[in-house]
Amino acid sequence: METGSSFQQLGMQQALEPPRQQLPGCGKCSTMGGDPGKDPGKAAVCSGGSGIGKGPVPMVCSTPCGNPYAGLVSHLRASWLSGKTRPMEYRVAQLEALGRFLDDKKQEILEATELDMGKPSFEAFFSEILLCKNELNVTLNNLCHWMKDEHVDKNLVMQLDSAFIRKDPYGVVLIIAPWNYPIHLFLVPLIGAIAAGNCAIIKPSEISKHTERLVAETLSCYLDTDCFAVVTGGVPETTRLLENKFDYIFFTGSPPVGRIVMTAAAKHLTPVTLELGGKNPCYVSDTCDVTNVARRVAWGRFFNAGQTCIAPDYLLCTIEMQEKLIPALQKAIDDFYGPNPRESPDFGRIVSDKQFQRVQRLLGSGRVALGGQTDEAERYIAPTVLVDVQPSDPIMQEEIFGPILPIVVIANMDEAIDFINSRERPLALYAFSSDDKVVNQVLERTSSGGFCGNDTLTHMTLTSLPFGGIGNSGLGMHHGKFSFDTFSHHRGCLKRGMGWEPLNAPRYPPYSQQKFGVIRAAAKVTHRWRLPPMRSASIVARPAFDAPPHAHAQCPRGRPGVRTPEGPWGR
Amino acid sequence: MEKMQQVVGRARAAFRSGRSRPLEFRIQQLKALERMVQEKEKEILAALKADLNKVGPSAYSHELLAVLRELVRAMENLPSWAAPHPVKKDLLSMRDEAYIHYEPLGVVLVIGAWNYPFLLVMQPLIGAIAAGNAVVVKPSEVSEKTAQLVADLLPQYLDKDLYAVVTGGAPETTELLTQRFDHILYTGNSNVGRIVMAAAAKHLTPVTLELGGKSPCYIDRDCDLAVACRRITWGKYMNCGQTCIAPDYILCHPSIQDKVVENIKETLKEFYGEDVKSSPDYGRIINQRHFKRVLGLLEGQKIAHGGESDEASCFIAPTILTDVSPESKVMEEEIFGPVLPIVTVKSVEEAIEFINLREKPLALYVFSKKKQLIRRVIAETSSGGMTANDVLMHAVVPGLPFGGVGQSGMGAYLGQYSFETFSHRRSCLIKDLSWEVVNKVRYPPGSMEMMHLAKLFLLKQCSKSRVGQFISALLGAVKAVVAKVIFYLQTCN
Repeated sequence: METGSSFQQLGMQQALEPPRQQLPGCGKCSTMGGDPGKDPGKAAVCSGGSGIGKGPVPMVCSTPCGNPYAGLVSHLRASWLSGKTRPMEYRVAQLEALGRFLDDKKQEILEATELDMGKPSFEAFFSEILLCKNELNVTLNNLCHWMKDEHVDKNLVMQLDSAFIRKDPYGVVLIIAPWNYPIHLFLVPLIGAIAAGNCAIIKPSEISKHTERLVAETLSCYLDTDCFAVVTGGVPETTRLLENKFDYIFFTGSPPVGRIVMTAAAKHLTPVTLELGGKNPCYVSDTCDVTNVARRVAWGRFFNAGQTCIAPDYLLCTIEMQEKLIPALQKAIDDFYGPNPRESPDFGRIVSDKQFQRVQRLLGSGRVALGGQTDEAERYIAPTVLVDVQPSDPIMQEEIFGPILPIVVIANMDEAIDFINSRERPLALYAFSSDDKVVNQVLERTSSGGFCGNDTLTHMTLTSLPFGGIGNSGLGMHHGKFSFDTFSHHRGCLKRGMGWEPLNAPRYPPYSQQKFGVIRAAAKVTHRWRLPPMRSASIVARPAFDAPPHAHAQCPRGRPGVRTPEGPWGR
Repeated sequence: MEKMQQVVGRARAAFRSGRSRPLEFRIQQLKALERMVQEKEKEILAALKADLNKVGPSAYSHELLAVLRELVRAMENLPSWAAPHPVKKDLLSMRDEAYIHYEPLGVVLVIGAWNYPFLLVMQPLIGAIAAGNAVVVKPSEVSEKTAQLVADLLPQYLDKDLYAVVTGGAPETTELLTQRFDHILYTGNSNVGRIVMAAAAKHLTPVTLELGGKSPCYIDRDCDLAVACRRITWGKYMNCGQTCIAPDYILCHPSIQDKVVENIKETLKEFYGEDVKSSPDYGRIINQRHFKRVLGLLEGQKIAHGGESDEASCFIAPTILTDVSPESKVMEEEIFGPVLPIVTVKSVEEAIEFINLREKPLALYVFSKKKQLIRRVIAETSSGGMTANDVLMHAVVPGLPFGGVGQSGMGAYLGQYSFETFSHRRSCLIKDLSWEVVNKVRYPPGSMEMMHLAKLFLLKQCSKSRVGQFISALLGAVKAVVAKVIFYLQTCN
């Protein structure tokens, strides 16, 4: 129901705004933003069908398959084909508009996330705004660099030609975001999609409804509505949306829905990135500073009330370590949230009643060592630590996604590694030890999307590291340049000269034994003449990690963003 | 069913043992593969001759040579490809290790195609081995001799458990696809590509699809037609037109159409002689089914050259069609045979529009003397790969990724791109357990001051921010002073 109306609003805004409307000065927009704001009451009255009827349909000729979103998608595709999203200036303008969206709507975002899941303002500020701004700045600073054609090595025959990789935008991409970080998880992929020159449809989660409304109502004031649209709705709407052909689909959510998305994508041969979840193990070895471990684990686990896809899901440690950890965790929880976390402004709530009941059921596993209190009315679950948890307990069968930390006792590191390897590959893996060897052993003998030694969550704050899962925890990756690459098709291009035709003679028929000999000899010669590979100096031995990082292997010259005509955009 | 389960289970168990991970092992397996290609050259060439009438020099240079080159490239560069890749850090993680670690995905399925039956299974196999995976190879059953040969040879040279070969047709492949893999690389057509991806979705398996498509070839009026046609003729009629990146059709101005036909005719004579059928360098269509399909495309068309065929030997002569209507059947599907339709367009704008109206092709070719025009065609179209003033050659350049976009596929491989395709890029951050004070910024209870501190630490990348520059300058100065002092002390002693 609500979907229909939101969609109608979207359509109306599109129809009202002149096609080439640019972002600055949202004076007019703010009134428009206000208009739909009054609508929610009406929303319940409008039927989805009528909303759709008044949608973007008039702008496009037809909706051949009767799909309610076909008009929108083809309108965006037409904008993409017009080539307007390709110039760097356009991309930069849109990205800067996103920055303005974050600045202008900061308060609204904090309020909406607070209403949705009682997100503490610091957490919301940190994860929804700060990290997005960071991503935005990195992208703006480096975009001109990322967009450049990447010239590659050539073989002997082609010394006169130019061979390069062109970063082509895909076209119209679909971004489906979840509810746990409702701004961050659509904005970060969107930054990549815009940076790569695509048009995008964003589908925020219908569960975090206040944020969904905020995004649907205000984002169009900032972005070019011919190229970027927000579609709202639940499962039926998303199913219809997925029937359309997209050029890329970026999905964040759960593995079962990931399968559905990928199956739908297969029909149109659309590439996908799936950011899914999983049970992220956290191994704590016997030699470590217990206080610091407890603080770092508690922070990661109870951040956003445990509703973080990369939160440590369970602890693996020996029984002795468990004895030491419980008081330390208690102390950390007290330090963070005070004696009664329920009163703390820094502790969040579960997003919905359904989720609350699911998480509450999981409390039945093992024995409650710390916390355990719940309040259904507020959807509050106290920071909880469970002990005596068996691997067969319900809590060990699914991703917890709530403020509960079960401890599974193992005898030693080998057992911990076996435990981890006998399960699906997680999105993140954590290992704590004062001994580097232990951390490295866990790293090398396991597999996971990302790895963080001696801390939790922080590996995702580095935009220079790719963020993505493996196996059941997802496929593909994003963040920083990886987002840009994800949303770009890497097109191999070769420009040859028309001259020097005799050089091509060996490849043309009629083939003869002589030509055969020439080809073989040439192959041998090129083999022997090959220059040593560029990076061979750093091979075999692991490079020293505290050496100056050379993250930009492809663009060695100059610092990013400095040599642009307009000067650096970074602020 | 059980057989497939067994094959994949054995490969997975072997992968779990971890023996495919050390670089020495991977290089040793690649060396064995190189030995196989060198020692069994005769057998491989015989199989290719039996399947596709590919003979000595062309078979050698198109299939074996490319495999050998790929092997050399992988063996030479593997250590640098596989080395952990340190990344930029921000102020909060200055003291930590942050790097990307390339790790194998697990068990990889490679499904080959029949048009280059040896090359198209070996190239992905090399990448998958280099990345440290276990591999199940499924060569195309259509090129049965080569498939059998691959099944016979691989176990003789490679680790039998880690690298398995499965032969068979659609039923076997369907069964195989019910198994869980960690990556699937499929080369073939888009219909099967959809089936493969849907099967992969059940297990959330990433896929690389190398499909085909109608690769356009635009010839500008302003270019050396003789050379252009020579290059096009070579690429089009190589392997009897059964090349996924072969130029599928020509777009050119009506005024040069006749000259194009003349030039191609002449080149054909030069390449294959007066009697193409008896030329040892001209291939055959793979089977009766495809033979009939390709012949069907000629119906109702104006044949400017060729058109002869012989069903018994699956021979179709090099054929050129002129004034082809964009709506005709030959312009609807990938031709995959020695038939070259010419569609006339009035300008480069029309050509670009023509290309953009259709599905994104696997390759795109443009011939022109004008650099500006080439640049424009590249910028305003999309395709898997592209070559200007030649055909096919972008697939030969060692540093370029090979892959399609849209209907022509997804993902890319060859060389380093193969290695990356078959590797998981695991982000690793190893922090210090001490220095807890720094973390105060992020812990609750939160406050406005904390927010500002967090902003300072996180918002600016150290390479860009003034704070970062200042600090690194300061650190540099301190380092220099310390070095001086140490040097001084040492010389004193």
